[in-house]
Amino acid sequence: MSAADFMGSFPLVVLAVGALLVLASAAFTRSLLLSFVVTLVALGVAIASSVALTARAPFTVTSFLSFDSFVLFGFALILGATFFAAIGSWAALRTRGAEGGDFFFLFLLSALGACILAASAVFASFFLGLELMSVSLYGLIGWRRESRRGTEAAIKYLLIAGASSAFLLFGMALFYADTGTMNLGRLAEAAQGPLAPVGLGMMLVGIGFKLAVVPFHLWTPDVYDGAPAPVTGFIATVSKGAMVVVLVRAFAPALVGTGGVNGLVGDGTGAASSAFPWVFAVIAGLSMFAGNILALRERNVKRILAFSSIAHLGYILVAFLAGGVEALRAVSFYLVAYFITTLGAFGAITELSGPQKDADDLSQYEGLAARRPWLAAGFTAMLLSLAGLPLTAGFVGKVIILRAGAGAQLWTLAVILAVNGTVSIFYYLKIVSAMFRGFAVHAEAGTTPPVAAGSPVAVSARVPVLAGAALIALTILVIALGVFPSPLIALIGSLSTGGL
Amino acid sequence: MTAVRTDFSLALFILVPLVLGLGSWWLGRRQALVSRWLALAANLFNLALAGLLWLEASGLTGWGLVAAGPAAGVSGGAAAVPHWMAELHVPWIPGLGISFSLALDGLSLTLLTLTALLGAMAVLSSWTGITDRVPFFHMNLSLVLAGINGVFLATDLFLFVFFWELMLVPMYFLIDIWGHENRHKAAVKFFLFTQVGGLLMLVAIIALAALHAMASGTWTFAFADLAGTMVSPVVGMLLMLGFFAAFAVKLPAFPFHTWLPDAHTEAPTAGSVILAGLLLKTGGYGLIRFAVPLFPAASRAFAPVAMTLAVAGILYGGLMAFSQKDMKRVVAYTSVSHLGFVLLGVYAFTPPALSGAVLQMVSHGISTGALFMLVGTLQDRIHTRELDRMGGLWAKVPRMGAAALILSMALVGLPGLVNFVSEFLVLVGTWAVSPVATVAAAIGLVVATVYALRLFQTAFHGAPRESWTLTDLNAREAGTLFLAIALLVLFGLYPGPILHMVEQSVSGVLAAVAAGGAA
Repeated sequence: MSAADFMGSFPLVVLAVGALLVLASAAFTRSLLLSFVVTLVALGVAIASSVALTARAPFTVTSFLSFDSFVLFGFALILGATFFAAIGSWAALRTRGAEGGDFFFLFLLSALGACILAASAVFASFFLGLELMSVSLYGLIGWRRESRRGTEAAIKYLLIAGASSAFLLFGMALFYADTGTMNLGRLAEAAQGPLAPVGLGMMLVGIGFKLAVVPFHLWTPDVYDGAPAPVTGFIATVSKGAMVVVLVRAFAPALVGTGGVNGLVGDGTGAASSAFPWVFAVIAGLSMFAGNILALRERNVKRILAFSSIAHLGYILVAFLAGGVEALRAVSFYLVAYFITTLGAFGAITELSGPQKDADDLSQYEGLAARRPWLAAGFTAMLLSLAGLPLTAGFVGKVIILRAGAGAQLWTLAVILAVNGTVSIFYYLKIVSAMFRGFAVHAEAGTTPPVAAGSPVAVSARVPVLAGAALIALTILVIALGVFPSPLIALIGSLSTGGL
Repeated sequence: MTAVRTDFSLALFILVPLVLGLGSWWLGRRQALVSRWLALAANLFNLALAGLLWLEASGLTGWGLVAAGPAAGVSGGAAAVPHWMAELHVPWIPGLGISFSLALDGLSLTLLTLTALLGAMAVLSSWTGITDRVPFFHMNLSLVLAGINGVFLATDLFLFVFFWELMLVPMYFLIDIWGHENRHKAAVKFFLFTQVGGLLMLVAIIALAALHAMASGTWTFAFADLAGTMVSPVVGMLLMLGFFAAFAVKLPAFPFHTWLPDAHTEAPTAGSVILAGLLLKTGGYGLIRFAVPLFPAASRAFAPVAMTLAVAGILYGGLMAFSQKDMKRVVAYTSVSHLGFVLLGVYAFTPPALSGAVLQMVSHGISTGALFMLVGTLQDRIHTRELDRMGGLWAKVPRMGAAALILSMALVGLPGLVNFVSEFLVLVGTWAVSPVATVAAAIGLVVATVYALRLFQTAFHGAPRESWTLTDLNAREAGTLFLAIALLVLFGLYPGPILHMVEQSVSGVLAAVAAGGAA
């Protein structure tokens, strides 16, 4: 490994060193604060070095990792999300009176895995990153060992992730047997033999699982529900975002110049390459419908967000299918919007949650606007952004996706997206009006609403300064991107990915 | 292109309610009265601004704020694009071809004036009725008004959708928080119906922009650029239907109206005034400004269907209004009936019909807004809207009775009130195109007589059924209603200024239809 390689993989090195420092420090002190500070510093340095590296992009580090400006943008997103999730975790851990060490070790390790996944160039690094991320997540999901739902969620995730990894590995083997290549960038190319399409299909199982798209979504509600809120926010953003980055890099170049789905189907070269956009299109459509329809009947806020995230990944797939530069830009913008709003939403839930159990039932949100007006306002902004209403980043993101879809003439998917945008508003509004509705009743009565017996919601919980500041920052970002998206659009316009 | 006038006063129509609305939320925390006055001030400011621009546009003053009047109309550029009196273009998201573009013509100015007027009436009508979370109420009210003004001004289609959707959430809150018994259901229904239409329109707009980008190589959402996009008849029809979906829901046109009775009935008085008086007008405005000029050929082909829906709405709304027991529901269904005239007038494509449709938007806005205020004041006193429990109210509240009588006559379309002029113009203009539709719509006027008289007689005549002791209209209520009635009479006798103001917009739209239909 040369000096240049070392410099190129500096963000990864920093994360690994940070993780080890957190673990090593546990030998001397169990201070939560220390491990938290080390985590934040490591993340900060990693983000800064990722940004600095964009000047050198594109470059490769050995044959395993390849970096371009899109990957580094993904790094910044992943690590930024980890940063915010770490702040939320710290607030939650402090409420529990937990000791430091292991939690943030797993946290950094998982982020490291996500980064390796995003930058992977061949099957080996792809699999390594994926497993590093997943295995750390098992521990994080089941963090509240006394919680039965938490343990159940962790085991469920373990089993399904294990099964999907098996599919992924076998698919890689079949693909290699046929094509003789382990290069991710050649996934989308036409395969000659009969085995490669089968292998590609099996790999899609593993990819679809991480993205939690239909029909690989079944774990999502239980895991979202069982995991602590900040960890849920981490899963919803980091693990999905990293996979989206890989997907775009592996497949988008193949879609360039062929006009997306329609073009690929038209050219009729090779069974594998002409089938896969259709597979993604069907997955996208089903995810949008299933996610939104399943969310309609839920009353558990975390499960609502779980189902809604399935739909949001469906939206991202629509952008992805547009192909080419437009896909890259639409996916990037929507990822940013989705990251910010998801982190903000789970950050708000974390604020409301008690040491043993998260605030997940809709009834716990009634009258929130009276008790914690600022928190309610922030959460409302996040939900409206997820619903794609104006003045928020979600609206601009949705327009950009529709624009990319229209440019590639994906009319059916665009209409499905529009219809689903409407359906989704129904359940987001349910949460919003719960927050303001209780307000009405109790404001009339001139009292604050009584909190149900045994409710984990701390009525007058003091928001830790740092977590509060993080939420405010996210809220400002959501609205700023909704009103002045130009700087981000300009930044995204400068991104490029050369493929793999 | 004629010389572009950059006019920042246009942005004031949106910014003033926006800023004062947020201000009324923040500054009104301790003293509720502050938020009432701020919200009122925003509307009075807009009213004054609109009045000033009105004087300028009529050529009565010469301060150069806007291009002098409709008389200066030299048709330049694409036929679909009106000759703007004033424009404002500020780059917003250049990366996507989106700019913050506002423009004013006679149609916009008329509706902006109506917005300011009804906005002030809405604030006044909730002066004592709303006591719960007053600052938040006035913030939502002002934000709705800012959104409506934005809709009436935007010429960038993205910006248009932006304002279109911006109206929704505050309106949802107005119904959901301050409404009556079944408010939650009504609020959700309102939101979903409007949103489905809005998103279909968004898809159509983006599709249109995409087609334009494929043809010309540049992405733009500017109305003037998109108006010239060549599309095949089938695509044009599909896109037009996307626009029509949004506007027909909002208007509402007959099969898409089912959200309206619930929303109007359950909303608080101010909400009903805004909904009936203004929000419905955004649908009519959208048809005239965008749906028809952007797709003239498709609109012509679609006209028979639209006119059928219009007539169905007129008759169906009238019959439903007749059979309601809830006073607010009666008024709500009359809106369905009266807005049918707007739809009919727009798709007849004749000058009198289109002018009549615009005038109908104004007259319906004022008369129904006033009627909802009246019902609101009555409900504040007797705490019911059941017609069966009323009766003989004239003896107790003669002032209210007099106002109700005049407003009922406005529902009928009695000569001397502006409602007569507008409906008459629509019928005259439609006759040349479709005598059948005209006859059917005229039957709607007979139905209107029946429901309006029933409404008035059941409530104010006959024997009293309850022993209420009621106070009559106070000075604020009487003053507001008197103003509305005075305007109805004034424009009923002398509709010239409004018709003159919208003349050029009307002829521009019709020229676009003629050009598109010939092509």
